[in-house]
Amino acid sequence: MAQAVTAGHDHAHDHTPPFFQRWFNSTNHKDIGTLYLLFAFSAGIVGAFLSFGIRMEMEAPGLQYFSNPQTYNVFVTGHGLIMVFFMVMPALIGGFGNWFVPLMIGAPDMAFPRMNNISFWLTVAGFMSLVCSLFVEGAPGAVGAGTGWTVYPPLSSAGHPGPAVDFAIFALHLSGAGSILGAINFITTILNMRAPGMTLHKMPLFAWSMLVTAFLLLLSLPVLAGAITMLLTDRNFGTTFFDPAGGGDPILYQHLFWFFGHPEVYIMILPAFGIVSHIISTFSRKPVFGYLAMAYAMVAIGVVGFVVWAHHMYTVGLTLQTQSYFVFATMVIAVPTGVKIFSWIATMWGGSIRFTAAMHWAVGFVFLFTVGGVTGVILANAAVDRYLHDTYYVVAHFHYVLSLGAVFIIFAGVYYWFPKMTGRIIPEWAGKLHFWLAFIGANVLFFPMHFLGLAGMPRRYADYPEAFAGWHWVATMGGHIFALGMVVFVIGVVLAFRSKERAADNPWGEGATTLEWTLTSPPPFHQYETLPVIVDEPSHAH
Amino acid sequence: MTDPRTRQRQSRATALACLGIVAGMTALAFAFVPLYDLFCKATGFDGTPRTGASRTGPVSEDRMVVHFDTNVAPGLSWRFQSETPRVEAQLGATQTVFFRVTNTGTVPSTGIATFNLQPALTGSYFVKVQCFCFNEQTLKPGETMDFPVVFYVEPGIKADSNTRDLTEMTLSYTYFASKNGQPQAALATPAGIKAN
Repeated sequence: MAQAVTAGHDHAHDHTPPFFQRWFNSTNHKDIGTLYLLFAFSAGIVGAFLSFGIRMEMEAPGLQYFSNPQTYNVFVTGHGLIMVFFMVMPALIGGFGNWFVPLMIGAPDMAFPRMNNISFWLTVAGFMSLVCSLFVEGAPGAVGAGTGWTVYPPLSSAGHPGPAVDFAIFALHLSGAGSILGAINFITTILNMRAPGMTLHKMPLFAWSMLVTAFLLLLSLPVLAGAITMLLTDRNFGTTFFDPAGGGDPILYQHLFWFFGHPEVYIMILPAFGIVSHIISTFSRKPVFGYLAMAYAMVAIGVVGFVVWAHHMYTVGLTLQTQSYFVFATMVIAVPTGVKIFSWIATMWGGSIRFTAAMHWAVGFVFLFTVGGVTGVILANAAVDRYLHDTYYVVAHFHYVLSLGAVFIIFAGVYYWFPKMTGRIIPEWAGKLHFWLAFIGANVLFFPMHFLGLAGMPRRYADYPEAFAGWHWVATMGGHIFALGMVVFVIGVVLAFRSKERAADNPWGEGATTLEWTLTSPPPFHQYETLPVIVDEPSHAH
Repeated sequence: MTDPRTRQRQSRATALACLGIVAGMTALAFAFVPLYDLFCKATGFDGTPRTGASRTGPVSEDRMVVHFDTNVAPGLSWRFQSETPRVEAQLGATQTVFFRVTNTGTVPSTGIATFNLQPALTGSYFVKVQCFCFNEQTLKPGETMDFPVVFYVEPGIKADSNTRDLTEMTLSYTYFASKNGQPQAALATPAGIKAN
């Protein structure tokens, strides 16, 4: 990896603004990153409580906690929307992206610091709107939007006359606007503000992943915004975009939604790809294997991700040729993804591996993401999907890539960068115990869902026949184990702040080669007053 | 390396280009609506029958059963039936089938019909020469009207590997209370349900 010869140092006049100024009118990329991480954690708690409600209900057949199954659907919808838009995206993109993209590319801050602040508060406003939607009427006689995170009409139009769906749509508009502004900021920062000598091909993989993610956001979110705006006018202003009564077609909504929705899953996982590359490289004490292939695999995933959307809609009546195309295009994505998994393993191969807490999470991610990827390849087959569409097999698949993929890397990132962000140290035992509880818990939680799906258990139902009871009970127990892990995480963070131990500037040793480790822990309020200059070290490949 | 002012200009240019992409994608999302409509009409995608002039080409010996399905959406008190539940259509031969609607309500009301073919794959081979769909009709209480649907089934349906083995198809019509039809007040929309 390229190395900085003159890193900026903090200066004595590095004063921070007063509390309100600092946290509410923040323009500092590190503070905004911290705000995003705290926000993602809070929203994640809400989302986790909703999933707890789901798992409690599903523990046994019959209706235990929900007298109205519509309320159960509201929980499912809220859980999905919160985890996607207000937990994973703010944590990986807003949180780690804001914190570490400028540090890694040697920039003093983001290109548009004030716009950065707007992005954050738009996301918070969106979350508030979504919380409001939980408490106003949706379907007749029930509160909240029970449409699923996909918000398909006619359920979301004719089926929910109350304002709950309008609030949910506003939530997506606001957080979408925030994400678009954030994406513009990242692209501008990465393209224009890299330190002297840092060419795109020397840029750390996390910055690469954020660049690709930002482009995906820029290209896909406006389509979602368009689709839900049409839904909004269909609901309130008598248009008939998706209403056959006026010549509209509800299938058009599905096409628009998934044109956004499929890139969205890569928006959630690409930043994780970037982070895991750094962690594995650091703790294997080796540069990432196949740096350029890794970078361009992400670009390839992003590009191909835009032409596979209809694999979410195999059952709407596409011609055989159309389905064949989407099966093929979907399977093509396995190739760049395979390149990445191969390169992570090759990075570890022959490396001097240290199993720190962060490395546990990273290796766990590689394994579990591969499991989720394999079930993805199975679901990509249109013929198989006829059988598995909207079953728990799909639920298992996307939780393996998101709950066990993206979320594992959020925790990996926290354990990896916590010393850098706070200057404090989470005890290693806490990170490892948290990992094992989460690893066992999440597998016990989600693996049985494959069996349930294969046996025919459909998604989004509050009740089920006796035959599914066994594995549902097991899954709920897994959920409890996972929740216990979260308690360990909180204890670890509390211990870190109570301890007098302080982190070194580079606590991970010579494997950690990116620029953020050349700064103090925590970094000064304003870094790189003298820009670092990147020179090639011939002994190190990228 | 670059002085701050140049960098600021570059940043602004990049941000503007990004905004352009956002504007373009938003426009594209809305452009999808007419484009999707055109695409469906041109290809028969998703069971959209094609419209065309009457056919003079050769008539095939093959036949296909065309079922007719008639529905009235809630909110419109009309009776809607076809003169026959099905016809056995010779491929390539033009056929006429009459549909009858009667306003059974007590107020004049305006309806509009939409249609679809099942299996959806047959859409591209079903050609309507004349039809009443997407024309608003206003019926006084008790009034009855007959509408002809003139169509033929393209013989190419037997050459397409997707549809070669099909022997039947269903043309389905649904009458909705017209949303954009005037006057809205005359629509027989039950109170309490949002007009949709």
